[in-house]
Amino acid sequence: MNAPLRKVAISVLVLFTLLIVNVNYIQVVRSDELREDSGNTRVLSEEYSRERGSIVVDGTEVALSTPTQDTLTYLRQYPQGETYAAVTGYYSLLYNSAQLERAANDVLAGSDARLFTRRLADLFTGRDPAGGDVVLTLDPAVQETAMAGLEGVTGAVVALDPSTGAVLGMASTPTYDPGRLSSHDPDAIRAYAEELGAMDLDPRLNRATQDNYPPGSVFKVIVSAAALSSGEYTPETVIPAPDLLTLPDTSTTLENFNGSSCSSSQEQSLLDALTISCNTAFAQLGIDLGEDRVREMAEAFGMTGDGMEIPLQVAGSSVGDIESEAALGQSSIGQRDVRMTPLQAAMIAAAVGNDGTLMTPYLVDQVRAPDLTVIDRSDPEEFSSPVTPEVADQLQQMMESVVANGSGRAARIPGVAVAGKTGTAQVAEDVPDHNWFVGFAPADDPQIAVAVFVANGGGTGGDVSAPIAGDVMQAYLEGQGG
Amino acid sequence: MGGPTTDPRAAAPGTVPPKRRNTELALLGFAVLITLAAQCIVDVTVTGSLRADLFTFGGWFTALWVVVHLVVRRFAPYADPLLLPAVAVLTGLGLTMIHRLDLAGLQDGEATREDAPVQLLWATVGVALFVAVVVVLRDHRQLSRFAYTLGLVGLVLLALPAVLPASISEVYGAKIWIRVAGFSIQPGEFAKICLIVFFAAYLVDKRDVLALASRRVMGLELPRGRDLGPVLAVWVVSILVLVFERDLGSSLLLFGIFVVMLYVATERASWLLIGVGLFAGGAFLAYQVFGHVQVRVDTWLDPFAYRNEGGYQLVQSLFGLGTGGLFGAGLGGGRPDQVPVAKSDFIASAIGEELGLFGLVAVIVLYLVLVERGLRTSLIVRDAFGKLLAGGLAFAVAWQLFVVLGGVTGLLPLTGLTTPFVAYGGSSLVANFGLVAVLVRISDAARRPATPPAPPKAAFGEAPTEVVSR
Repeated sequence: MNAPLRKVAISVLVLFTLLIVNVNYIQVVRSDELREDSGNTRVLSEEYSRERGSIVVDGTEVALSTPTQDTLTYLRQYPQGETYAAVTGYYSLLYNSAQLERAANDVLAGSDARLFTRRLADLFTGRDPAGGDVVLTLDPAVQETAMAGLEGVTGAVVALDPSTGAVLGMASTPTYDPGRLSSHDPDAIRAYAEELGAMDLDPRLNRATQDNYPPGSVFKVIVSAAALSSGEYTPETVIPAPDLLTLPDTSTTLENFNGSSCSSSQEQSLLDALTISCNTAFAQLGIDLGEDRVREMAEAFGMTGDGMEIPLQVAGSSVGDIESEAALGQSSIGQRDVRMTPLQAAMIAAAVGNDGTLMTPYLVDQVRAPDLTVIDRSDPEEFSSPVTPEVADQLQQMMESVVANGSGRAARIPGVAVAGKTGTAQVAEDVPDHNWFVGFAPADDPQIAVAVFVANGGGTGGDVSAPIAGDVMQAYLEGQGG
Repeated sequence: MGGPTTDPRAAAPGTVPPKRRNTELALLGFAVLITLAAQCIVDVTVTGSLRADLFTFGGWFTALWVVVHLVVRRFAPYADPLLLPAVAVLTGLGLTMIHRLDLAGLQDGEATREDAPVQLLWATVGVALFVAVVVVLRDHRQLSRFAYTLGLVGLVLLALPAVLPASISEVYGAKIWIRVAGFSIQPGEFAKICLIVFFAAYLVDKRDVLALASRRVMGLELPRGRDLGPVLAVWVVSILVLVFERDLGSSLLLFGIFVVMLYVATERASWLLIGVGLFAGGAFLAYQVFGHVQVRVDTWLDPFAYRNEGGYQLVQSLFGLGTGGLFGAGLGGGRPDQVPVAKSDFIASAIGEELGLFGLVAVIVLYLVLVERGLRTSLIVRDAFGKLLAGGLAFAVAWQLFVVLGGVTGLLPLTGLTTPFVAYGGSSLVANFGLVAVLVRISDAARRPATPPAPPKAAFGEAPTEVVSR
């Protein structure tokens, strides 16, 4: 009977090998898929059982975990919930997490590689493992002023430090209370989420980064930059500015805002055209420059169509397809398929303010271990150099003129020179226009660059958005001075 | 496996083969150490401190193996030295995982009673059975005398839950229990061993007949029709178990063991083919006729489609295994309590989650050691009954592990079998201790040097030609 017994022994070996191969397949090949499956609450409950790190703004925790008595050991709280909701996002049992809670999860949950040695130490000292803190670049005064300015409207404000790219403010309205999505009561979470979902505009969307909009005349800064960089134009160059422009190869005519006239002579300097935001002048200028120059300049300013991570996910901004010269004319005044996020708009202002160098925006200043030692600090990085310092200087003068004499007067700050550009973008028939303002201050030595976007504000960028921008910049400059 | 020095067949005549009892002792000590270390890790990880009665547990657990070792040293000195250490590690690991799941249950407030002390008690009963078998059963061949009695007992045990009212015998839809006075017994676990003994004796008896071939069909020698009787009988019993007890596992286990033993006894591969054919037919029939079999198969094919229904257990098990990954969450670091009935049916996924791929494969390899040592015993034992019995018992452990672990990892449809030695459940633990006791007994006989020159048999009625001192 030994021969069949040996065969049985070999069969057993084969059966066990099958088991081992299958276990390998599950625990190695399919490991990540199974770990991240939405039905697998292990990772989440492990995260809940660990003290999650805080999100800190200027020494104050805007998101923190506090111990509770229930089975989920820690409760996530947002003391200034609505003010920072666009940045912090939420940390929900049912709906996963959003914004920084998601983007910086590795640090907050303590699984980031930079916290590795610390975790190893926890293992030996028996210390309860905890997540790291994320210290943001936000300025409370900027954030609060931005939220106050946006009260009652739908929109977004982004403020940057032009010399570093640090995000000083990021607001989006309508807002919500992330704490109510992060409670331990599933029914309450579900009810609140349904309430938010039923609104026309979901407050959980961060309009500063997650969506892009037609920028209208804000885009004229880029066309101006392209013109000045070509060497064929100076701010004083006189360009055609007709009351009515018939677009090439079409019978479509393009007029100025409210059908007004830019100049009785039907032509004006580039400086004047930007100051009063003359549509016909810029449409013609864009056509004269050609698609390549306009597109290249837009891409140099960051409108590549690609998203970025700051570490929040940022939607791409781009000029879109331009099929014809007529389309180029419309695109040159920020209509047609041109789309940008409010963050992108702020980046344009920041680049001009920073002598033509665009710094990569970033939201996280420091990553701290649970014992508050700094384990990583963000260094400012250059994103691109869209224009030379000379051209930046010319653009700055033109934008100063916009606020001093033109459509952006409402953004003025007493005693401080402000540079800016308004935008009023048509959306559709019978739908109120989007209102934009981008700018920086002080004009000669910018400390803050800002973009204000009000969706369907119904007015112009000059009357709806510029005052908010002025308040935000003033709040920051006062805070810095005092 | 095993160098020539451990192979008694290689031992020169006259030399005494090593007994290897000290090897066994050292390995047992190691097994106890592993268990105690694992217990400490669980306590510290889950509760932050060692529990008060850890010393009681440690002392008790150690005492069990000291007793086992002493009994083996005295009564089965030539027994295979690897069988018991493998069992000790598996039992210790099982106790640790059950304790770990107890702690999780207590923390969630879902459980009020701890199961680990009960399991330790069952292990004690198991050891008592082990000692009784090794001490009382001095020669495994004695078992063949009770083969038909054991066969009958096995059948009765197997059938008992089916005829008892569901209130006593049904748990989670499977009628395989006898619940009396707070105790739950799964008689099938004991039936399995009784029937293996019966099969071994019966097949040794009839193997010449069964090995007779009458027809060659496509290169295979097929047995005569009337010799198909026994295999058909077991097949019918298996089907009845499936029908009346809704126990896919026992049915599959029983039939698989019998077919393999039949093959070993007759050395005819055709029996395997006949077995597979009968199994395929039975499986197809069962799938067509029984709703619960269909559900099992459907959820096996695509568990994630039934993730909130019948596939819930398996999906949770896969989540646990996947989350555990290569190294596991560490003892006490995972959430194995999220898998329903993690202590019994799904304890392997708890091990995979917390000890990772490495831990789970190590456990599988431990079983492999146990099984292959059993099969090796079967190879070297001299009598046919012992060969078939040891082979059947060893294969039973392997086959049961394959079916249960295959179920838990999605390789096979889920069945209600328990993981031998590891899973929570008194019947399974005690029965498997009995199984190992028989294996130990046979391996002692296998490795024992041939008895000093025995008096020549009085062949053909002739009188002894010389006087031999006793």
